[in-house]
Amino acid sequence: MELTLDINGRRIKADVPTDMLLVDLLRERLGLTGTHVGCDTSQCGACVVHVDGVSVKSCTMLAVAADGARVTSIEGLSGAGGKNSLHPMQIAFHENHGLQCGFCTPGMIMSAIDFAGRHAAPTEADVRHWLEGNMCRCTGYQNIVAAILAGTAAMHAAAATSSLEKV
Amino acid sequence: MGNVTGIGASILRKEDLRFITGRGNYVADIKLPGMTYAVFVRSPHAHAKLLGVDARAALAMPGVLAVLTGADMKADKVGGIPCGWGITGKDGLPMKEPPHPAMAYDKVRHVGDPIALVVAETVDLARLAADAVVVDYDVLPAVVGVLEALRPGAPAVFEDIPDNLCCDWEIGDRAATDAAFAGAAHVARISLVNNRLVGNPMEPRAAIAQYERSTDRTTLYSTSQFPHVVKLLMGNFVLGIPQHKLRVVAPDVGGGFGVKQFHYAEEAVVTWAARRLEVPVKWVSERSEGFVSDAQGRDHVTEAELALDETGKFLALRVSTLANMGGYLSTFGPNIPTNLYGPLLAGVYTTPAIYCEVKVVFTNTVPVDAYRGAGRPEATFVLERLVDVAAAEMGIDRVAIRRRNMIPTTAYPYQTPVMMEYDSGDPSGCLDRALAQADWDGFPARRAEAAKRGKYRGIGLATYVEACGLAPSRIAGRLGARGGLYESATVRVHATGDVTVLIGTHCHGQGHETTFAQIVSDKLGIPADKIEVVFGDTDKVQFGMGTYGSRSLSVGGSALAKSVDKVILKGRKIAAYMLEAGEPDIVFEDGKFSVTGTDRSLRFDEICLAAYIPHNYPLEVLEPGLEEQSFYDPVNFTFPGGAHVAEVEIDPDTGSVQLLSYVAVDDIGTVINPMIVAGQLHGGITQGAGQALCETAVYDDASGQLLSGSFMDYAMPRADIMPNMKIITHSTRCTHNDLGVKGCGEVGTIGSPATVINAVVDALSPLGITHVDMPAAPNRIWRLIQAARLPKAAE
Amino acid sequence: MQGFTYHRPASVADAVALLRSTGGTGIAGGMSLLPVMKHRLATPPALVDLSGVAALTGIAASGGTLSIGAMTRHVAVADSAVVAAAIPALASLAAGIGDPAVRNRGTIGGAIANADPAADYPAAILGLGATVVTDRREIAGDDFFTGLFTTALAPGELIVALRFPLPLAAAYAKFRSPASRYAVVGVFVARFADGVRVAVTGAAPSVFRVADMEAALAARFAPSAIAGIAIPPDGLNGDIHAEPAFRAHLVGVMAARAVAAASSVAA
Repeated sequence: MELTLDINGRRIKADVPTDMLLVDLLRERLGLTGTHVGCDTSQCGACVVHVDGVSVKSCTMLAVAADGARVTSIEGLSGAGGKNSLHPMQIAFHENHGLQCGFCTPGMIMSAIDFAGRHAAPTEADVRHWLEGNMCRCTGYQNIVAAILAGTAAMHAAAATSSLEKV
Repeated sequence: MGNVTGIGASILRKEDLRFITGRGNYVADIKLPGMTYAVFVRSPHAHAKLLGVDARAALAMPGVLAVLTGADMKADKVGGIPCGWGITGKDGLPMKEPPHPAMAYDKVRHVGDPIALVVAETVDLARLAADAVVVDYDVLPAVVGVLEALRPGAPAVFEDIPDNLCCDWEIGDRAATDAAFAGAAHVARISLVNNRLVGNPMEPRAAIAQYERSTDRTTLYSTSQFPHVVKLLMGNFVLGIPQHKLRVVAPDVGGGFGVKQFHYAEEAVVTWAARRLEVPVKWVSERSEGFVSDAQGRDHVTEAELALDETGKFLALRVSTLANMGGYLSTFGPNIPTNLYGPLLAGVYTTPAIYCEVKVVFTNTVPVDAYRGAGRPEATFVLERLVDVAAAEMGIDRVAIRRRNMIPTTAYPYQTPVMMEYDSGDPSGCLDRALAQADWDGFPARRAEAAKRGKYRGIGLATYVEACGLAPSRIAGRLGARGGLYESATVRVHATGDVTVLIGTHCHGQGHETTFAQIVSDKLGIPADKIEVVFGDTDKVQFGMGTYGSRSLSVGGSALAKSVDKVILKGRKIAAYMLEAGEPDIVFEDGKFSVTGTDRSLRFDEICLAAYIPHNYPLEVLEPGLEEQSFYDPVNFTFPGGAHVAEVEIDPDTGSVQLLSYVAVDDIGTVINPMIVAGQLHGGITQGAGQALCETAVYDDASGQLLSGSFMDYAMPRADIMPNMKIITHSTRCTHNDLGVKGCGEVGTIGSPATVINAVVDALSPLGITHVDMPAAPNRIWRLIQAARLPKAAE
Repeated sequence: MQGFTYHRPASVADAVALLRSTGGTGIAGGMSLLPVMKHRLATPPALVDLSGVAALTGIAASGGTLSIGAMTRHVAVADSAVVAAAIPALASLAAGIGDPAVRNRGTIGGAIANADPAADYPAAILGLGATVVTDRREIAGDDFFTGLFTTALAPGELIVALRFPLPLAAAYAKFRSPASRYAVVGVFVARFADGVRVAVTGAAPSVFRVADMEAALAARFAPSAIAGIAIPPDGLNGDIHAEPAFRAHLVGVMAARAVAAASSVAA
C-alpha cells in the first residue's frame, strides 16, 4: 500500500505491506534505527516517537495509519543551532547522566519532550507518573527524572527567550 | 589541563552522544547484504520426549530457506554448550554434568527449550513458517520447585540423574559449627525463599552470523558481555572453528546484568546455520521469548540458624540451601549458589564458625545463572534477615547487635571462616554514616505520625560485604573455574600523543569509555578527550575475560594501569636519552618528563613523536614505537561493602508497600567518577528493590508453564515506585591493586533486598509478623495482615 | 501479523459497509487490537481504520447529557474542559488509563467495544448508566457488557458515540496491578437524584454492579454506609498478582475510596 508522510522534516513516499508497523518502517525501511523495540506487549516505551506532535508507541501503530502524518524520531531532533546541534532535552540527559546503556534513551527523550510540552511547572512526582510507559533497567530512574526536569526548564526558557526575540 | 579529567572527577560521559541522538550500534540495528532472518521453534512443554520434527509445511512456505533441527546439529557433530565452572561435592566427586545440546533432539527440559531454527527472507515469513513446524511430543510430568525435585519419585530431568541432584556442596567447619550451636544461649532460625528473577535488560538478546567462503572466516555479532570467551567456547568446544578464523563482535549492548554473560545456544545455532547456509543469518529475541530463554536468577530455598551467646555475640551460623539450576547447566550456573554464596556468609561480622551446605538441583525450568549480584544478594539476605530475627527474639536493638559483632577496622586484613580474606574495610564507619544520613534516631516519631494516618511505617537496615573483582585464576581454578580470570589491556600511543586503549572487558552501560579514559588521563596528564577506549571486537582487541562479577575496574582497570605504567617507563627511557640525563633523574609529572632540579623537559606528545620517528632515539637499547600490553591476574577478590537503610510505609487496606526513602553508604575503594558510581548504585538498588517489592518469576507447579511470561505479568520497577536515593561512598582503598579500587557494579543489588524486607518486617512487627518472603507484593502483605489480625486459635 | 486489507473510510456508512463486505474488524486506537494481532491471536482479513471518520470524534454537553464520540482519544477526554465541568470523574478516569502514549491513541469506543475485564471505561459506562449509541440503535449501558471480552454489539455494528447522564457526584478509584498497571479492581460510584450506581471492573470476567452497595449508599452516601458489605469471592478473577478473596476485599476498599472522593467534590 502506498503512503506518504513527513519523517523528520523529509517528505517520503513508500509502498509498504499493510501489516508493517511504524517502528519497522523507521528501522528497516528508512534505516532510522534510533527507535528501539524492547518488548512485545506495548509497555516498555523504547519505541516512542512523535506522530503529529504527540508521543506514540511506534510498535503499536501501523505504518499505513501514519499516511499523511508528521513523524519525528530521535534522529529528527536538533537544537537552536541547527542540524548538528543538540535539542535541550538531549543536552539535559547528557548533563544529568540520565542514560547508561542507551537503549531506552531515545524513547525516554521523545516522551520527555512531549511531557515538557504539557507541563509548565512540573514536580518530580509529575515526571515519575508520566514515565509509567517508559521502562529503564540501568538507571533506577533518578537521573532520568532530574534530566527531564532540567530539560523541561531549558525548553521553556528557550521558548521564552525566542518569543522575546520575536518582539 | 592535567587532572581535570582524571580520577575522582565527575566528568560527563564521552559515549553519550551516539545514544542521545539514536546513533548507537546495537546488534538489532546491523544490516548485512543478503541477510536472512531466523526464528526459533521452542518447546511449549516443560518436559517431553521429542519424537519428531515435521518441517515439510514450513519449508513449502514462501521465502523459507531452511528449517534446521537439533537432529541436524547432532548429525553435523556439533558439540554441546559447555559449562565453564565445575564444582565439587561433599564426597569429593565432581558435579553431575549432563549434556546440553544447542538444540534439543530427543528431549525438551523446559518451556522455551529450542528445537528448530527457521531461516527465511523476512522475519514475518520466518514467524509464519515457525508456526507451521509440527513437532511430535510425548509430554512427561514436569517438576518445577527444588523441594519437589528432590522428593523420591519426582520426575527426573535427566534419566541418568534420578534424584535431580547436580551436586551436594559444602563449605566451612561443620564440627566447629555444631559444637558452637550446642553451647549457644539462643538460636535464631529462619526459613526463607529467595525468589526467582528474570533479568530483563531493556535490549533483547540478538545474534547475527556470517561466513565468507573466500577467506574461510566466520563472524558473529552478539549481545554479549564477553565476546572473547564466546569465541573460545563456541569456536573450540561447540562448532570446531579455529580461533584465528573466527571473529566475535559485541557492539553497543543495551544492558547485561549477567543475563548476557553466558555462551548461549542461540549464538552457536545462528553461527552454525550461517556457515551451513552461507548466507548471513540474523536472530533477534522477542521479549516473551527472552522470558523463556534468557538465563534467570536466584531461586533458593533456605533454612538458616544463628547461634548467639547471652549478650548477642554470634557464635556460629549454619545454612542449608536448595538452589535451582533449571533444566540445563548454563555457563557459570553451578558457581553462583556455591562459591559466590557460601563464602559470603560471614558478612561484616566476626562469626567464628560457619557451615553452609547447598544442594544444586535440576528442574524443568529455564536455566539459572548469574544475575546482578550472583549469589551475594542471596547470602546477604539470609544473614541480614537472621540478624534482625535474632535481635527481635533476644530483645536487642538491631543496630547494637550488629555493632557488637562487627569486624573492627583494626582487624583487617580479616580472615573469615569461609575462605575469604577481606583486605580492607570500615563497616562501622559505613554504618555510622548511613544511620546519620537516614535519621535513624528520628524514626519513632515518623512511625507514630504514619500510624495516625492508618499506615504502618518501618525502617530497615542491612550491612553487607561482597566478593567481586573476579578473580585470582589459581583460586578460581581450585574452586572449579575452567578458565582464567585475568584481564588484558593494550595502551596504543599514537605518534601524536593520542591514545587508543584496547581492553578485554566489555561495556554495556557502565561508562568505561569515560572512566578508563580518566585513569589514563590521570596517569599520563593528558585530557580524556585524547583517549579512545575500544572493546568488544575480537579482531581488534587481545583476549580478555569480559565483564561480570564487578571486575572491569579492579581487574581490567588494573591491567590498564599496568600498561600505562609501562608506557611511562619507556617514556622515561626515551626522555633520558633525549634530555641527556640519567634515567633516575627523570621525573614524569603533569604530562611532562623533566630532569630533576632543572627546567629541561619534554612534553608527552614530544616523546610520542620521537618513538615513532626515532632519529634522536636510543635505538641500540630500545625499540621504536610506544604500545604496551599487560595481562593482570588479581591477587585476591575485592571486597566492597556497606550499610543501607530504607523506610517503607504500608497501607493495610490494600497491602501496598511504598518505598519512601533509601540511603546507601558503600565502600567501593577509590572512586574514579562519582557521577557514574551513583548511577550504578541507583540502578542496582532499583533492581534489588524490584526483587523485594514486585518482581518474581512464577511457574505453574503442574505444567511448568511460566505464568509471568511478559511484562504484563512480570512486574518491572517503574519510576513511580522509587524514591530519590541518597548515595554516599565511604571508601577504604583496596590494598592489593595499584588503583585501590574495589568495583561497584553489583553492590546496589546486593544490599537492597535485605534492607527493604527488614523495613517491611519492621513495619509489620506490631502485628507480630516476623518474616516476609519476597516479593512483598500487595496480596501477600494483605494475607499476612489478615492472618495476624485473627484472634489466635486455642493451641 | 498475517496479511490483511486496510481501509480508511471517511463516513460511518462507508465504515459499516466495509465491515460487512470485507468481514473485517474495525480498528480504533489499536492499543488492544494490534498487540493481539502481533501475537497472531487475531487474524482479521481486513482492518477498517475509523480514525478518518470525523463524525466519530467530538465532545459536547447539552440538555443534561454529555456526548463523547467513539473515536475520541483518552487524552482528549482527560484534557477536555467540557468533561471536567460535566463529569470530572470521567476526565480523571481517562487521565489514568495506561500511560501517556497509550492515551494519545486509545479511544473510548475502542475500549468499550473490546470490553477487557480490566479496562476502566466499562466501569464508567455501567457506573453512570450511559447509553451506547451505535450506527443502528441505542444500547443501555446495563445491557451492553455481556461477558469476558463480549458485548451486545452485533457483528459489524459500530459504536458511534457514548451518551452520559450527568451525576450529582461521581468518582473512580482503581487499584493497579504492579505489572500490567491495569485495574486489579476499579470501582466507579455515581450519585444521581434518584439513586446511586456502583460499578466494578477488574474483579470479574465482566464489569458488574453491586446492588447492596447501591441501596446502602442511596440511603446514606458515606463510606461507612458500605463498611459491612462483603463481596463473595466466588466467580471473581484470580491470577498470580491477586487471588479472588483479595479482589473481593479490594472492591470494598476502592468503593469506599470512590465514595469518599465523590463526597468531597462539589455537586
